[in-house]
Amino acid sequence: MDLSKLPVKPTPELGIFLLLAGIAMASAVGVIFFRNAIRSALCLVLNFFVLAFLYFTLNCEMLGIVQIVVYTGAIMVLFLFVIMLLNLGAIQTDKDEKLDIKLPVGIMLGLGLFSLIASQIVPQMIKIQTPKAPDNFGSPQAVGNTLFSNYLYPFEIASILLLVGIVGSILLAKRRLNP
Amino acid sequence: MIQWLQQLMEGFAKWPPIVQAVIRALLLVLPILTLVPGIIWYERRLLSWMQDRIGPNRVGNFRLPAHWKILPPGLRGRKFKLFGLLQPIADGVKLFFKEDVTPASVDRVIYFLAPALALFPAFALGATIPFGPYTLLTPVADVNIGVLYMLAISSLGVYGVVLGGYAGNNKYSLMGGLRSSAQLISYELSMGMSLAAIVLATGSLRMTDMVAMQEQPLWGMGGYGQIFQNWFILTPYGFISGIIFLVCMVAETNRAPFDLPEAENELIAGYHTEYSSMKFAVYFMGEYAAMFIFSAVFATVFLGGWNIVPINWGFLADNSPVLNGLFGFMKSMTIYLSPIWMVGKIIAGLTFYIWLRATLPRLRYDQLMSIGWRSMLPLATLNFMAVATWIFISARYGSAAGIGMWVVAGVVVFTLWRLLKSIDKGADLEVRTVKMVGGKPAPVVEVDPERVAEAVN
Repeated sequence: MDLSKLPVKPTPELGIFLLLAGIAMASAVGVIFFRNAIRSALCLVLNFFVLAFLYFTLNCEMLGIVQIVVYTGAIMVLFLFVIMLLNLGAIQTDKDEKLDIKLPVGIMLGLGLFSLIASQIVPQMIKIQTPKAPDNFGSPQAVGNTLFSNYLYPFEIASILLLVGIVGSILLAKRRLNP
Repeated sequence: MIQWLQQLMEGFAKWPPIVQAVIRALLLVLPILTLVPGIIWYERRLLSWMQDRIGPNRVGNFRLPAHWKILPPGLRGRKFKLFGLLQPIADGVKLFFKEDVTPASVDRVIYFLAPALALFPAFALGATIPFGPYTLLTPVADVNIGVLYMLAISSLGVYGVVLGGYAGNNKYSLMGGLRSSAQLISYELSMGMSLAAIVLATGSLRMTDMVAMQEQPLWGMGGYGQIFQNWFILTPYGFISGIIFLVCMVAETNRAPFDLPEAENELIAGYHTEYSSMKFAVYFMGEYAAMFIFSAVFATVFLGGWNIVPINWGFLADNSPVLNGLFGFMKSMTIYLSPIWMVGKIIAGLTFYIWLRATLPRLRYDQLMSIGWRSMLPLATLNFMAVATWIFISARYGSAAGIGMWVVAGVVVFTLWRLLKSIDKGADLEVRTVKMVGGKPAPVVEVDPERVAEAVN
C-alpha cells in the first residue's frame, strides 16, 4: 500500500488522533447500546474525558480542562448521583420483541441529520491543513479578555440566566412549612 | 559535584521529549508510591502518641546473632529498634495474602474498575506541582492552567468512591457513595473559589508563577521590607483562602472530621464495605497519596512552594556586609535542596491531617452541608470580591490606597463581628432548639435558669 497516495499524511499526530477519536466513538456508541444506566453514564464519562484529550492535542489546554471540570467532574457526577439514587439496574426486555416502527424511522432521521450537518461541515474541514491552533489560542488570558470585552453582555446575561435557574430550583425544592 | 550535575542536566535536555516526560512522571509517582507506607506508619505512630497509646512499635526490631564471627565484636548480640517502621510492610503482606472475596451479586466490571479509578486521580493530581526550581525535572507539565488542572483532576476522585459504593450492591456502601458525591461536589466549589482569589492576586494559573509571586517582597514593601517573602498565607486574603482551602482539602480527601463516606458507626465501613484484600488496600493507597499531593498543593499555593522560610536570602546577602557568606550559603541551600524543604512542608501538612483526626469528632451530615454551603462558600466568595476590589483600587489609586482598603475592611469586619456577637449573647442558655435535617425546628421551650442549675447540680 502506498502511503503517499492517502489524502492525509500518516503522522504520529494522526495516530494519536485516530486512537482518541476511536475511543470517543466507541464510548459514544456504548452510551446508546448498554442496557445498564450506570454503564451508559460511565461511557459518557469516558467520552467526555477523551474529548478533553482531543482538545489537548489541538493545543487548547484551557478548553480541554474546562471540559473535564464541567462535564466529567460536575455534570456526570450529578448524573451518576441521580442514577444511583433511583438505583436503576439493567432494563429487562424480552428478546423476541416485535420490530418497532420507531427504530427504522429513528435511524433514518438520524442519518438525515448527520448528512445535513456533515454536508455543511466536512467541505470546510477538508481545507484546513494546520492541525494545531496558534500559540496562546484559548489561553486563560485570551478567554478572559474576550469574555470581558467583546462578549461582555452575552456573558453577563448568561450568568443572570444561570442565577435565575439556581434561584428557581431552590424555590421549587423549598419545603413549605405552613401549607 | 554541582558542575557534574549541570553537565548531567545539559545531557538530559538533549534527550527526546517523550523520554524526558516519562522520567519527570516517574520522578513524581515513584517517591509517592514508596512514601505511602511511610505515611501510614507515621499516622499510626503519631495518632497513638496523641491518644496516649503505644502504637505499632514492634515490627522490625531485631538482634544480631552473638556467635557470628563476621561481625565486629561491638555489634555481636546487639539489639536494634526500627520503631515499628516495617509494620506497613507486614500489613501489606497480610493484605496480599488475605482471601479476596468478591460478593456474588456485585456488578463485576464496575467493582474491579472502581479502586483503579480511585487511585488514578490521586497520582495524576501532582502533575503541575513544582518541587524545586528545576524546570527540566519537576513539574511534569508546566502548563498555563496548573490550578485548573488540579481542580479538574481532584473532581475525578469522586468516581472511585461513588462507583465503589454502587458496585458493592449494598445499601450501606451505596449510602457512603452518595454521601461522598454530595460532599465532594459541595466542597469543590469553595475550594475553587478560595484558589480563584489567589489566582487573581497572582495573575496566572501556572503553579510556577505562583511560587515566583511568593518570592516577591512581603506586601509589596520596599527598603528593608524586601527581606521577607510574600507568602500568601502571610497576606490577609491569602490567610482566609488558606484556611478555606485547608478545610476543603480535608473534605476532598474524605479524612476525619469529614469522613462521612466511611462512618463506621452509621454505615459499617461505607463505600468500601464489600472490598477486601488488595482492592481495599488500593483504596487506602489512593487516600494517602491524595493526602500527600493535597499537602503539596497547599505548600505550593500558600506556603511559598519550595522556599524554606519566608526570607529573601539573596537580598540579605547583597545588603549585609558581615554575614553575606552565611546568607549566600542559605540561598544556595534553598535552591539546591528545594525538594527537601517541599517534602518538609508536605510532612507538616500530613501532621495537620493526623492532628485533626486525633482532635475533632466526625461531623453530622447536616453540619457538613451547612459548613460547606453557608460558611465556606460565602466566605470564599467575599474574599474573592475583596481581592478583586483591592486589585482595582491599587491599580487605580496606588498601592497605599490598596493597603488602606485592607485596614478599613479589617475594621469593618471586626466591628460587624463584635456587633453580631453582642446581639447573639445571652440567647444561648434560654432557648434550646434541635433542628433535624431539613425538618421543622423543635418547639422552643422556655427554660427556667434555676431549674437548669438544679438539674446540673
